[in-house]
Amino acid sequence: MFTQYKYWKPYISPLDPCPPMRVKSYNTPPQVYITFQPKGLDQYGTAREALYCGTLWPALFSPYPDPHKRGDQDE
Amino acid sequence: MSKQLPPEYYQLLEEIQAVDFVLVELNHYLNTHPDDYDAIEQFNNNVKRSKELKVQFEKKFGPLMGFGRSYSNYPWDWDDTPWPWQV
Amino acid sequence: MWYYEKKLQYPVKVSECNPRLAKFLIEQYGGADGELAAALRYLNQRYSIPDKVIAVLNDIGTEELAHLEMIATMVYKLTKDASAEQMKEAGLGAHYADHDKALFFHNAAGAPFTATYFQAKGDPITDLYEDIAAEEKARATYQWIINMSDDPDLNDGLKFLREREIVHSMRFREAVEILKEERDKKVYF
Repeated sequence: MFTQYKYWKPYISPLDPCPPMRVKSYNTPPQVYITFQPKGLDQYGTAREALYCGTLWPALFSPYPDPHKRGDQDE
Repeated sequence: MSKQLPPEYYQLLEEIQAVDFVLVELNHYLNTHPDDYDAIEQFNNNVKRSKELKVQFEKKFGPLMGFGRSYSNYPWDWDDTPWPWQV
Repeated sequence: MWYYEKKLQYPVKVSECNPRLAKFLIEQYGGADGELAAALRYLNQRYSIPDKVIAVLNDIGTEELAHLEMIATMVYKLTKDASAEQMKEAGLGAHYADHDKALFFHNAAGAPFTATYFQAKGDPITDLYEDIAAEEKARATYQWIINMSDDPDLNDGLKFLREREIVHSMRFREAVEILKEERDKKVYF
C-alpha cells in the first residue's frame, strides 16, 4: 500500500551513547510524485473542508505526523 | 473599551476564509492550467459568492479592505479593533 | 500595489500562553526558510522570470505575506500576556532585554534576518529549483516545530501552513515543466 512515509533502519553501534531509535522515517509528500497536476482531479466536498485540509484536492493532501506510526519514536 | 465580537463574527469570517481559500487554490492552479474551462467557471462562481459574503460581513462588522476597496460607515471605522491578529 | 484585507487567511488559534513555542516559531518569521524570506524571494525573482510563469511567483509571493501574518499572530498570542519571568524561563530573556514583546525578524537561535537567505540568479530553472527547495525546507521546518509542540490549536494552523508548502512546491514544479516546453510532446520521461 502507498504511504507518504518511508522507513529505514540505521546502523547501530555498541558505542552509541543514546538508546537507539531502531527505525527512522522520512516524508515523501504527494507533489514529489506528480509532474504536472492533471485536470479535473477530485475536490473536497465543501470550501470549509478544503480550508481545513489546506488544499482543494485530496490528491495533494499530506497528513502530518505520520497517521500510521511515527517511525522515529523509540521502539 | 472594544466591543466583544458575537459568535456570528467568527462564523461569517470562517465562511469567507473558506471561499477565499478556494479562490487562492484555483488562482494558483489556473496560473499553470490557463485553459481549464471548468476551473475558471468554478473560480468565477466563487468570486461571486465571496463578494456576497463580504457585503453581508461588512454591513455588520465594518470594512474588510482598506484604500477604498470597501465603503466606510460614519464615523470612520476602518481603524476599529479588532485587527486580525487580535481576534 | 497591494491592498490590505482585514482578515487572516486561516482561523489561527492558540490554546495557551507558551513563550517557549514562540521562540521556536520565530524561525518561520525571520529564519532562512521562513515566510519573510519566501515572500521576498518570489516577489523579487518575478521581475526576471519568463512571462509565462510570472503569475506563479507573484501570487505565491503574495500568499506568503498572508502566512507571515499568521506566524506573527501565533507568536503574538503565545507571548501576549507572558510575564518577564515566563519570557526568561522560555529562553526569551535575551529577546526580552532587547525587544520586550515586540516581534523581531530573527531565527529561533536569535540570528537576525538577512537578505543572503535567498538568491536571485536570473537563470529561470536555477531560480525555480531554489523555490522548490525553499518550499520543501519550509515544510520540513514546520514538521520539526510540530514535533516539539503539544498545543493542538497551534498545530492545526501549522499543519495548514505545512500543506501550503506542498501545494506551492507543486506549482513551482509545474512552472519548471512549462519552461521546459516538452510537456505536450512527451508526457513522461
